[in-house]
Amino acid sequence: MGIVSPGFRGRPRESGPELPPGQYLTRDFPVLSAGPTPRVPLDQWEFTITTETGQAHRWSWADLMALPGDTPTVDIHCVTKWSKLGTNWQGVPLDMLMADVTTDADYALVQSYGGYTTNLPLQDLRDGQAWIAYRFEGEDLAPEHGGPARLLVPHLYFWKSAKWVRGIQLMLEDEPGFWESAGYHNYGDPWREQRYQGD
Amino acid sequence: MTSERAEWGRHQVDSEMYEDGNALAGPLGEIFTMDVTVAVSRCAGCGLAGPVARLHVYRHAPGWVARCPACEGVVLRLVRGPDSAWLDLTGAVSLRLPMPTL
Ligand SMILES: [Zn+2]
Repeated sequence: MGIVSPGFRGRPRESGPELPPGQYLTRDFPVLSAGPTPRVPLDQWEFTITTETGQAHRWSWADLMALPGDTPTVDIHCVTKWSKLGTNWQGVPLDMLMADVTTDADYALVQSYGGYTTNLPLQDLRDGQAWIAYRFEGEDLAPEHGGPARLLVPHLYFWKSAKWVRGIQLMLEDEPGFWESAGYHNYGDPWREQRYQGD
Repeated sequence: MTSERAEWGRHQVDSEMYEDGNALAGPLGEIFTMDVTVAVSRCAGCGLAGPVARLHVYRHAPGWVARCPACEGVVLRLVRGPDSAWLDLTGAVSLRLPMPTL
């Protein structure tokens, strides 16, 4: 057999190059949860960006809804090895929320209702790479998927896309979040298969 | 009536997401020779002491997360990588283990 035949159409889509190493394609949307699902009434919901000097920038639900939303279509990759391609979201880009925030911070610790945290470089929240997402496939984001709003930062493993997002603490020093302090990779790039510490 | 149904639905959703601490027998059995699910853990959050088997275990997650049945604080976490396991007990003040009499 030749190495390459001209009519060869490659492997089926399920194992094609659009998936990062070690991932498989799923069509459903598995619910992963490390604790009870928080129920936050919208009139009490608040999102806060706090700088390294303690200056807080706050948005109510009404404030968030008043901002123009993006409708990104993105691939998502869970560290438990499932990937979903072409998912449709609606949310406010972090760039818009960060526009009036003055900071020298290089790191961000994302905090959720229910106590979950995850860390990432602040740079990864900028330049159209991250959103506060509140709709998924045309529906309000369901509580089990992080509603009313979750972080969406699809170029990293999905544990970084914190469900039930409540705020972002900007920091001069990095600080590991919930999974990053229990064996998972500090950065979590799916294309470099950075699942665990040392990968 | 509606709120009653919503309340019921909430318990349904939450109870589907966790199991009792007996679910930890397998993953902890890889690490410890004794059955840790019969140990008594004391929650660092609220002080409740009870058998590990009664913790609320969330396993549909990147790792095992065992929470206090009273305050839902994290008591124990276990992550199993391909060649390492990470065990976090910062949420447990102590583990009381049954031992043979000296
Ligand atoms: Zn407790």
